[in-house]
Amino acid sequence: MNFTVSKQPENCLLGPESDSQRTLYPYVTGTSVVALKYKDGILMAADMGGSYGSTLRYKNVERMKPIGKHSLLGASGEISDFQEILRYLDDLILYDNMWDDGNSLGPKEVHNYLTRVMYNRRNKFNPLWNSLVLGGVKKGEKYLGTVSMIGVNFEDNHVATGFGNHLARPILRQDWHENLSFEDGVKLLEKCMRVLLYRDRSAINKLQIAKITEEGVTISQPYSLKTYWEFSAFANPAQGAVGTW
Amino acid sequence: MFRNQYDTDVTTWSPAGRLFQVEYAMEAVKQGSAAIGLRSKTHIVLGCVNKANSELSSHQKKIFKVDDHIGVAIAGLTADGRVLSRYMRNECINYSFTYESPLPVGRLVVQLADKAQVCTQRSWKRPYGVGLLVAGLDESGAHLYYNCPSGNYFEYQAFAIGSRSQAAKTYLERKFENFTDASRDDLVKDALMAIRETLQGETLKSSVCTIAVVGVGEPFHILDQGTVQQMIDAFEIVGEQEGPDAAAGQEASAEPEQGAGAGEGVAPMDI
Repeated sequence: MNFTVSKQPENCLLGPESDSQRTLYPYVTGTSVVALKYKDGILMAADMGGSYGSTLRYKNVERMKPIGKHSLLGASGEISDFQEILRYLDDLILYDNMWDDGNSLGPKEVHNYLTRVMYNRRNKFNPLWNSLVLGGVKKGEKYLGTVSMIGVNFEDNHVATGFGNHLARPILRQDWHENLSFEDGVKLLEKCMRVLLYRDRSAINKLQIAKITEEGVTISQPYSLKTYWEFSAFANPAQGAVGTW
Repeated sequence: MFRNQYDTDVTTWSPAGRLFQVEYAMEAVKQGSAAIGLRSKTHIVLGCVNKANSELSSHQKKIFKVDDHIGVAIAGLTADGRVLSRYMRNECINYSFTYESPLPVGRLVVQLADKAQVCTQRSWKRPYGVGLLVAGLDESGAHLYYNCPSGNYFEYQAFAIGSRSQAAKTYLERKFENFTDASRDDLVKDALMAIRETLQGETLKSSVCTIAVVGVGEPFHILDQGTVQQMIDAFEIVGEQEGPDAAAGQEASAEPEQGAGAGEGVAPMDI
């Protein structure tokens, strides 16, 4: 009789590592991050929710963090993986500072470093389950990029993760233009976040907006958006569609 | 040089606190044919003297492109120089791949220096017998560094290494104050004149020297022989006078030798 316990089927191609060593599913997740370039730099918005499946378990999660002098990182997806990424970046910035030589890693360099990390993890079938938004300004040059958990990366004038891609990007495509003022940028982001709040079930009404300019990073205090639920279509939702609920 | 009982091993100190093997390695640099470098705020020019073993052979490559924004000129054991150039190219390309950004030359130079230092502290290694003039662009502008076999590195406005480099250094010392704001072409002319100093009377022609330039908006490249010959002809026509930018009058073509490498004989591996 065979008493050995095998952790994987014998035809598994992944070798002797057991499955407990690699990420299979996310547990505590953050939802969309939305960001855009404006006149002086980058504006980024994310709510403060950490969902545990369908439960809105944590309501004070900061999903945007400054990186070094020139960059701001926002993340959706597994929160613990985001914290791991922050640790990697902490080491990276530390070694960069230790050179003490007048050179520093800008947002483009950090973005590409993250792309390498995400892609290499994906190749080992052990991904960091995040979609990242990296924005920053260095020497007057504004930079805004995104990396997914499978290593897909690109730059654009406005980016979003998760549901933001479907709900926020169309709004941004229509309303974004070069050299938005700070107030207009915030208004535009709030417009996107409001739609996400109405339509994304993992969104909560407690968000932060972060700004990064040549001077540095500011992350606002948490606040909530005004919502309106008295639309007549909501009052009698079945009116136009018999049989719906 | 002096043979004594403390110079067999690189890991043996002398009572005077010297590592003779390291110093002997620096001697090897002095025996190699000359290499010079000079920089302005926006450009750096590297030049070297091409010495061939015999009339039948071609000369060795002494200037290497490390990346679009970094180049190096070597003097001493060219084999060691080639290996270090390959290391530098690797470091640059790895950094570029990870960060999509050029490796700052100041950091490359430190890595190179640390690599050289290792060889001064292992009993089973020997120091690299090559001096490197590293020219590169950084966030903070144009830089010229000299890397020693000892693991030290220094930044320079202008420098010369190899045999008869003292003559070039004397010329550069006279002119270096003008270099910061000099134009690219004037910088190249000064490089050619510095090389001429090391030739000690031999005619300066493009077959005898190699010039390379790197600058803001200009990736590192070696100038082709035709261009170099044209530049030589341009200032040779003015006679023994110096190029348009300098204030000083005559070019002293026979500079007295000042303590350069011991004798003319060059060991076969040291070109």
